[in-house]
Amino acid sequence: MHIVVCIKQVPDSAQIRVHPVTNTIMRQGVPTIINPYDLFSLEEALRLRDAFGGKVTVLTMGPPMAEDSLRKALGIGADDAVLLTDRFFAGSDTLATSFALATAIQKIMETEPVDMVFAGKQTIDGDTAQVGPGICCRLGMQQLTYVQKVESVDPAKREIVVHRRSEGGVQVLKTSLPCMITMLEGTNQIRYGTMDDMFRAARADVRVWSAAAAGIEDMTRCGLRGSPTVVKKVFAPKARAQKARPVDGEGAEALAAAAIEAIFASQPKLESDLLKQSAGY
Amino acid sequence: MSADNKPASSRAGMKKQLPEKFINYKHVWVFVELERGEVHPVSWELLGEGRKLADKLGVQLAGVVMGPPAATTRAAVEGSYRYGADTVYLMEDPLLTDYRNEPFTKAMTDLVNTYQPEILLLGATTLGRDLAGSVATTLATGLTADCTELAIDDEGSLAATRPTFGGSLLCTIHTLNFRPQMATIRPRVMAMPEAKDGEVSGGLIEVPLNMKEDDVITKILDFIADNTTNKAQLAYADVVVAGGMGLGKPENFKLVKDLAEVLGAEYGGSRPLVQKGWIDSDRQIGQTGKTIRPKLYIAAGISGAIQHRVGVEGADLILAINTDPNAPIMDFAHLAIIGDAMTILPALTEAFRKRLSVNRMAG
Ligand SMILES: Cc1cc2nc3c(=O)[nH]c(=O)nc-3n(C[C@H](O)[C@H](O)[C@H](O)COP(=O)(O)OP(=O)(O)OC[C@H]3O[C@@H](n4cnc5c(N)ncnc54)[C@H](O)[C@@H]3O)c2cc1C
Repeated sequence: MHIVVCIKQVPDSAQIRVHPVTNTIMRQGVPTIINPYDLFSLEEALRLRDAFGGKVTVLTMGPPMAEDSLRKALGIGADDAVLLTDRFFAGSDTLATSFALATAIQKIMETEPVDMVFAGKQTIDGDTAQVGPGICCRLGMQQLTYVQKVESVDPAKREIVVHRRSEGGVQVLKTSLPCMITMLEGTNQIRYGTMDDMFRAARADVRVWSAAAAGIEDMTRCGLRGSPTVVKKVFAPKARAQKARPVDGEGAEALAAAAIEAIFASQPKLESDLLKQSAGY
Repeated sequence: MSADNKPASSRAGMKKQLPEKFINYKHVWVFVELERGEVHPVSWELLGEGRKLADKLGVQLAGVVMGPPAATTRAAVEGSYRYGADTVYLMEDPLLTDYRNEPFTKAMTDLVNTYQPEILLLGATTLGRDLAGSVATTLATGLTADCTELAIDDEGSLAATRPTFGGSLLCTIHTLNFRPQMATIRPRVMAMPEAKDGEVSGGLIEVPLNMKEDDVITKILDFIADNTTNKAQLAYADVVVAGGMGLGKPENFKLVKDLAEVLGAEYGGSRPLVQKGWIDSDRQIGQTGKTIRPKLYIAAGISGAIQHRVGVEGADLILAINTDPNAPIMDFAHLAIIGDAMTILPALTEAFRKRLSVNRMAG
């Protein structure tokens, strides 16, 4: 079984700061991590490989330094890594990103067939949840998003059964390989790599592909030019005309009492609603 | 310091030059999310918002209903008129009974290619996000996910605003030269519009799906419904009490739950609490959690980062409990108690308990 896992290197959100004057994001010196949602997909892929044999290839698109995230993934247990990097990719929105990644996966498939693609449910920086479905749609695979559990895989029949979270419950779905899966967060726990994995990761060859090397011929479909969406402006939210009014009082009891008066004064109907409710209507 | 919005802003001055093939794309569409016989309320919220966009553009508002041949599907059509749609595009087919990506993507892309809307809105639910990604890719158009505000600009384009990475900024995104302009919006971000009373009617365009069950590779084996009795009804609660990192340690979260209980409220928290495992992920409030619109929101020890703010701004009244009078939450809360949440929360719980029980006896 050959599984490709798409990951993204993202700045560690806990350490992001915004420049107070220019309103731009200060990324310099901020450590990077593998997008946390991707780790649930990586772990699930590694489990399937362990159960059925085969290999896991991690794939990322990003600047040259995104190689770090691939080495981390190799250190956790992935077998092979491809970095897609080119200045033509700069400024890609979800459509251009899924185009580049899907083309690279097709390139991988030329030498090794791919049975499954995993992607993160969403990223912590872009947060769109659209790249996985975009890749899947371009590859003509079956789409399984928000998967809670991979129930069974039958490599001979090329069938998979998963539990997929939907709004009011869980769908149990059966489909054929190849398919694309995004895992729901909290569904598994990413493993620690073995010593062997770490040594291997440090020495491994990460394949570095330019757009051309990945088989992309039409550069107008990449990066800014291949992105139908345009960011028109970036701005800070307006404060409301009035800031929050602090209630007066000495000590917790007095403050609480004053707050309750203020709440019911501004929301008179709320008090009667709460009363009805607490009286058990 | 690097200016990360640079490459994008180099195109910010770009003007609309709509290619010939998109000139006739007109009208605003809302996908009416019908699952297991019920319409997700986000669809009505989006019809309310879509109405405003359509009126501004001087075009029609349409609901797109897909479902099995059943009374519930017809009810969704009627509901669409009730919440403001002029027209409904209806695809009725047994294949559309349960959500599956393949038939729904085909249904939506066929409709778009035939009837050519300029704007298509979907709820950012698990279903809506699953569908929007493949529809936008198939149509090769732009999609702005999880918008918090929609408007029409001077050129008649959709201006979709969403929070951007970094904690305190918003960005406005346009799909200049592609149609339809697609956006997803999370439940509760837009207000629920008034439903029209009495008889309602409108245009109805019925379109066949032209697909056979054998064409659909994914099969549904089972559906395990959630146990709704103990499921968090956070998004639709009237009163919500939440805690943040200011609570200091997980044990203190009980103070939030106690207050919620007295108020018959739902409880929730900021994202770091979910990441630390203090609360379940379906209790997270904010951009990547639930958006809420309660009558009263009490936030204790929450600083008010933009990702939190966009999830709570629709509340009628926000009370912030914070030791820091300059915390960002003061910019959008209405009332504040400047103080230690660990003493204020129990005091509020006690005071509400007395107030609500005393009055009950009197009444
Ligand atoms: C892509 C992305 C998505 C995100 N999505 C979300 C989301 O959906 N929801 C969300 O909440 N966050 C989200 N975040 C995180 C967000 O940016 C903030 O980091 C987070 O909301 C901060 O949580 P907090 O307010 O609990 O903690 P802090 O920011 O640490 O604030 C703690 C507050 O408690 C106050 N305090 C301290 N001690 C006390 C005391 N004894 N009594 C009272 N007050 C006290 C402090 O003054 C401070 O204001 C997201 C971030 C990113 C990058």
